[in-house]
Amino acid sequence: MRRHTRGENIFNIFDIVIMVVLMVLTLYPLLYVVFASFSDGTRLMRFSGLLTHPLGFSQAAYKSVFANPNIMHGYANTLILVVAGTAMGVILTVIGGYCLSRKNMMWRNTIMLAITFTMFFNGGLIPTYLNVQRLGLLDTLAAILLPTAINTFNLIIMRTAFLSIPDSLVESAELDGANQLIILFRIALPLALPTVMVIVLYYAVERWNEWFNAMIYLQDAKKFPLALVLREILIQESTSSMTQDVGVGDKESVSLSIKYAVIVVATLPILVLYPFLQKYFVKGVMVGAVKG
Amino acid sequence: MRNVKNNISKPRYSKPFSVRLKADFRRNKELYLLLIPLIAFYIIFKYVPMYGSVIAFQDFSPRLGITGSDWVGFKNFIDFFSDKSFIRILKNTVIISFSSLIFCFPAPIIFALLMNELRSKIFTRSVQTITYLPHFISMVVICGLIRRFTVDTGFINDIIAFFGGTRSTMLNNPKLFVPIYIISEIWQGLGWGSIIYLAALTGVDQQLYEAAMIDGAGRWKQTLHVTIPAIMPTVVIMFILKIGNILNVGYEKIILLYNPLTYETADVISSFVYRKGLLEQNWGYSAAVGMFNSVINFILLIAANKLSKKYTETSLW
Repeated sequence: MRRHTRGENIFNIFDIVIMVVLMVLTLYPLLYVVFASFSDGTRLMRFSGLLTHPLGFSQAAYKSVFANPNIMHGYANTLILVVAGTAMGVILTVIGGYCLSRKNMMWRNTIMLAITFTMFFNGGLIPTYLNVQRLGLLDTLAAILLPTAINTFNLIIMRTAFLSIPDSLVESAELDGANQLIILFRIALPLALPTVMVIVLYYAVERWNEWFNAMIYLQDAKKFPLALVLREILIQESTSSMTQDVGVGDKESVSLSIKYAVIVVATLPILVLYPFLQKYFVKGVMVGAVKG
Repeated sequence: MRNVKNNISKPRYSKPFSVRLKADFRRNKELYLLLIPLIAFYIIFKYVPMYGSVIAFQDFSPRLGITGSDWVGFKNFIDFFSDKSFIRILKNTVIISFSSLIFCFPAPIIFALLMNELRSKIFTRSVQTITYLPHFISMVVICGLIRRFTVDTGFINDIIAFFGGTRSTMLNNPKLFVPIYIISEIWQGLGWGSIIYLAALTGVDQQLYEAAMIDGAGRWKQTLHVTIPAIMPTVVIMFILKIGNILNVGYEKIILLYNPLTYETADVISSFVYRKGLLEQNWGYSAAVGMFNSVINFILLIAANKLSKKYTETSLW
């Protein structure tokens, strides 16, 4: 049926070449970081051009990273934020999404409208900050967890999933006298489990990468999540706390490879998990897309 | 959002409102009870700050609170419009937004169309897996990478030097800020942004392609007359959302990348609000700037939606 014209063949090759180029452009910066992180600091400093393999093999940078108390604290804080934030977000989103998917609620559409409105209009940075301050949450982890507890986009995805569950299932359970929580956990939740997975992952990634709220709400460096510690090292370029026990001459070269090692350490968990979880992430966007 | 209208199943009650209200609460009291935490969240963390933005009309001090601070009318807004930074940050915001509209908006669409033409399933999957990756990397890490790669000893400068150019710390050059911002934006969002269009493409009825082939349409003609019309509604929706965010150049990336040397091209409304409010504690003034931003955005969103409804019959609500 399909005729392969000359033009089509040229196009096919052109298409594949573009895709390969895009893949290389996406991957190379990440590979560069990995190569640089294992490289010998002094050789890395003197090297110019594109790295195709580590220069020498040195774990010095990783040793300093793992010996650094700020980074280890940051890791611990981030884990707390990820676990607590994801648990809270998912519970609130699942219960909320379920309730808002039930028909015959007089106020359902009003509540949905009020919630959707916040996606397009909000108080802005300053009133939000002052609100957190007035609630007495400054410098607590709650300041990071509570104001972003629910992501409206996730709530809409979850609600859409519950909406597609046949009414008859829920109604027959109601006739049997089951209360709403039982219906949610016994009937609705198992049917919407793939979507629950999607929002678990969305919340977890969001929490893992969080830095801005931490920066504005936290003062105590012991409470900083990993991303904020990274900001000090990568953006404000201070590795002084990590290179204390290194000789003066080596400081600059070690601090360069430390920067790359820190990136690897902070990004690795996500990059390792990502290929396995990819299909769930994608599913979320698809559900969101259907919803518009 | 789009199909909220279809879900409204309004039973035709003839009973008075108060009776319906009672019946509704009796029937759904469990659901309303379960919704309390959610509603409390939206009130405390979304609507209270919305009310809190009235400090834009005050000489606000946190010690006195909203009720105790003096009302100053539009003074903060007038101060902002006559501030020497006003033109600069408005211009920067609009330039960055429009550059992003011109370059970052079409890129995922073209990418999705090219990906749709790939014949090998495995190859397509690998392209997807790899190009979605940057979306999951923390903004701090991405900006850290940009800094490292663009410093005078970084590998981008190595390439420039190789071709005979001169090395420079590119992030200190105001002329290069927007290109660096836009290119890295494409790097981050190309793959992930294409998913929504790929979703629309998988929904295209295969019979349409067969019909087009029988009519003698080649692949280019098929793309033009079947594929592109099929994803148009998605493109329009995404475009409206983008217009509604035209003044929302995210502060995260700007704050991580700019420095006083590049304020002249890099400082945007959101980063200005952050500096004036959180660093200089100029509360009322920065809230006014933020409110100006939200209101313009909201008006643009509504206008874009109206226009789209009129001309393309696609809209958000």
